[in-house]
Amino acid sequence: MTYAAKNLTTGGRELIAFRVGDQEFCVNIMSVREIRGWTPATPMPHAPAYVLGVINLRGAVLPIIDFSARLGMKPAEPTVRHVIIVAQVKSQVVGLLVDAVSDILTVSDSDIQPTPDIASDFERSFARGVLAIEGRMICLVELDSVFPHEEREAA
Amino acid sequence: MDMNEIKEIFFQECEEQLAELESGLLKLNDGDRDPETVNAVFRAVHSIKGGAGAFGLDDLVSFAHVFETTLDCVRSNRLEPNQEVLKVMLRSADVLADLTNAARDGGSVDEARSRQLIKELEALANGEVPQAAAEPAPKAAPPAAAAPVPPVNEEGFQPVAFSFEEFETGEEPAIDLPTYEILFRPKSDLYAKGNDATLLLRDLSRLGEMSIHCDMDGLPALDRMNPEAAYFAWKISLKTDKVEEAIRSVFEFAEWDCELEVMLADDQAQAHEELPMQPVPFDLSMLDEEPRASVEEEDRTVAGERDIRELAGSAAEATSNVVQMTPSAARVPAESGRSAASAAAQSAASQQAASAATPTIRVDLDRVDRLINLVGELVINQAMLSQSVIENDTNGTSSINMGLEELQQLTREIQDSVMAIRAQPVKPVFQRMSRIVREIADMTGKSVRLVTEGENTEVDKTVIDKLAEPLTHMIRNAVDHGLETPEKRIAAGKNPEGTVRLTAKHRSGRIVIELADDGAGINREKVRQKAIDNDLIAADANLSDEEIDNLIFHAGFSTADKISDISGRGVGMDVVKRSIQALGGRINISSKPGQGSVFTMSLPLTLAVLDGMVVTVANQTLVVPLTAIVETLQPEASAIHSFGANQRLISIRNSFCPLVDVGRILNFRATQANPVDGVALLVESEGGGQRALMVDAIQGQRQVVIKSLEANYTHVPGIAAATILGDGRVALILDVDAIVAASRGQALKPEMSLAAAG
Repeated sequence: MTYAAKNLTTGGRELIAFRVGDQEFCVNIMSVREIRGWTPATPMPHAPAYVLGVINLRGAVLPIIDFSARLGMKPAEPTVRHVIIVAQVKSQVVGLLVDAVSDILTVSDSDIQPTPDIASDFERSFARGVLAIEGRMICLVELDSVFPHEEREAA
Repeated sequence: MDMNEIKEIFFQECEEQLAELESGLLKLNDGDRDPETVNAVFRAVHSIKGGAGAFGLDDLVSFAHVFETTLDCVRSNRLEPNQEVLKVMLRSADVLADLTNAARDGGSVDEARSRQLIKELEALANGEVPQAAAEPAPKAAPPAAAAPVPPVNEEGFQPVAFSFEEFETGEEPAIDLPTYEILFRPKSDLYAKGNDATLLLRDLSRLGEMSIHCDMDGLPALDRMNPEAAYFAWKISLKTDKVEEAIRSVFEFAEWDCELEVMLADDQAQAHEELPMQPVPFDLSMLDEEPRASVEEEDRTVAGERDIRELAGSAAEATSNVVQMTPSAARVPAESGRSAASAAAQSAASQQAASAATPTIRVDLDRVDRLINLVGELVINQAMLSQSVIENDTNGTSSINMGLEELQQLTREIQDSVMAIRAQPVKPVFQRMSRIVREIADMTGKSVRLVTEGENTEVDKTVIDKLAEPLTHMIRNAVDHGLETPEKRIAAGKNPEGTVRLTAKHRSGRIVIELADDGAGINREKVRQKAIDNDLIAADANLSDEEIDNLIFHAGFSTADKISDISGRGVGMDVVKRSIQALGGRINISSKPGQGSVFTMSLPLTLAVLDGMVVTVANQTLVVPLTAIVETLQPEASAIHSFGANQRLISIRNSFCPLVDVGRILNFRATQANPVDGVALLVESEGGGQRALMVDAIQGQRQVVIKSLEANYTHVPGIAAATILGDGRVALILDVDAIVAASRGQALKPEMSLAAAG
């Protein structure tokens, strides 16, 4: 069952936790390039709703994904308080719009519990496990699956 | 540095040598009989052979060897390089290039073709030169005659490849073995190139029983000694069962840097007489000690010599204008410090060098691209800075503004200089064309001569890379369709040999490439009929000559009576036009019946920047490539006509042109905008039709740095690329052709849009 268990056999790892709405998520710190404030994005024609557009990241064109909308939750209304997590997904660099970065966690494999058996395949497709930290529940996200395949194939 | 890297360098050098080879052969073809040209050609093949030997590329070596043999006959004036001979040689050069490519990338070559050519080459070497028949090897000089030392040698890097196997099987010398007298007098160049007399002599010793005498007569007094010169010579008498060929092969890579005489001693006694001293039995340790002293002395001076030579760079490497600073190849130009015998040749070389050689370095393209990116950032940053200063500036003429203006000029200058780094002469592409002309001419049985002009015209490397394909198409068309068969040409009173002229020149910030043939020109009647047959034009359409000529750029158009392998499948000129347009270029044709056609292409000098019109559409800033825009106009309500349910036309000077609402097509707004509130950009799109693109407002014209969208996102239909404007925000560059196609009702799909920028 657990991709997480297989994937995480290497012992302690560091994760970046962030908040979207009232939920907390985390991603592997190794895939995060930088964290920056929100700047208005240039909308892209014919883009999925969760693609807010592109911004200029020191000369590179960086697509911005509304993480909340991507997960099917309420679309974000970006403000200056929002942050963009610049992450490397395969060979591409993308920006994830989230409400706030909350924590840097060092966890061991045993802390990661397998994703609970829930009905929706959609949630299961990006969740790689859950963590219980100080009474909070943090969902470990697999970035590869946050970005749809057809998009990468088209590129 | 591992083997693969060295191999890569070898292949890079091969490319240069092949280019050298081809241009040399073409010069010979044009009647140039300069021995230096022949030498350059010979050297190119020889270098490829040498390098290939070191990497064990046997196919390449064996072909190059035969080629070299024939070239040697030309070099020694035993074979007249007439047109027929050169035809074979040019084809051989093509095969050599194929073999090199096959060796690099794997894959196979047309073996029948190379075998055939080997036969032809051998026939040339043998047939016309009976005395060389017995020994086809390049060094087949008659025994006892001194091997001709080539007058000039600016031989490039040669990996020293000795096949030891051949020698290690050598038997102990028997009593009755022939004795060879060898005089070996190295020149300073030998040491300069990292060769070592000790090693050569040691290799020689493996051939048989050897006695050696070092001739120090040439050594001047210490105060008159030139530290860069070579003073020692060796007289060797060698008892061996090997033939003279084997002895010479020891010196194969040094033969141009030394005087070498190999002769068969009639008997032992005479050999002894000739030597002023009694030959001492050869002792390897002596070789390692004594001559080493002199060798080292010279080695030490080599470093200093290099400096001097680099200063004397103008004289250096007349044939190759690139001094390569590749780490493994200490490619020291070997021109200065030359003995008096070659002084004449040297002066000839420096004459050439005056026009050719300025020292250059070879840099990884990635590094240049990184620099270009950074400069692009600098330009954007500078624009952002000025914008924010202007916004916050209260008193207008602050010193900050002055400084900013200077900064702006500097960044422009830096940008121009960096762009110039990427600029490359179009020569390599043009040279590839000459091969294509030859092949097509062979296939069609036409006699064609390609004349190139302005091949040193420089343009951005990406443009060059993308130029080859459309140019190939056009050349094929010119030879296959444009030129007539020799019979027809004679009948028309023309030279049976057709001429295709390929010209490149700079004109007002763009590069203009012209392809002219002196063929029959476009048969307008036929083109017109064909267009009517294919429903491209109405049967009664009244078209000007120019319009008819331009019909050939339509898709699915081919006037060739019979479909050939070469061209005429109806994919041709439309593809050419599209790829030229994808480069931001334009193509035109003018044709005179009976006198030929001229295709003129005008291309931007770089793909990294683009001149664009910055416009606003639904509060978004977009950039429209300036090359696409014909004119801009402010529509008046009276000029707008509705057509059907939701089409609208605009009347411009009494012709009606469809209006294209950019904001609607890009889904920036849900309803159609009112044309009277906006501005119409009249654009010419693929297929020749005009459309009026409707935008809300024009902000201005600007040169923008092209940024890839695909790198981090995906291709977006209707958008060619992105750029970053002065306010630091990303603006999208419109793909005009895709927008126009979408306005025709076709869905905006990625396949049909042309990404103009990578």
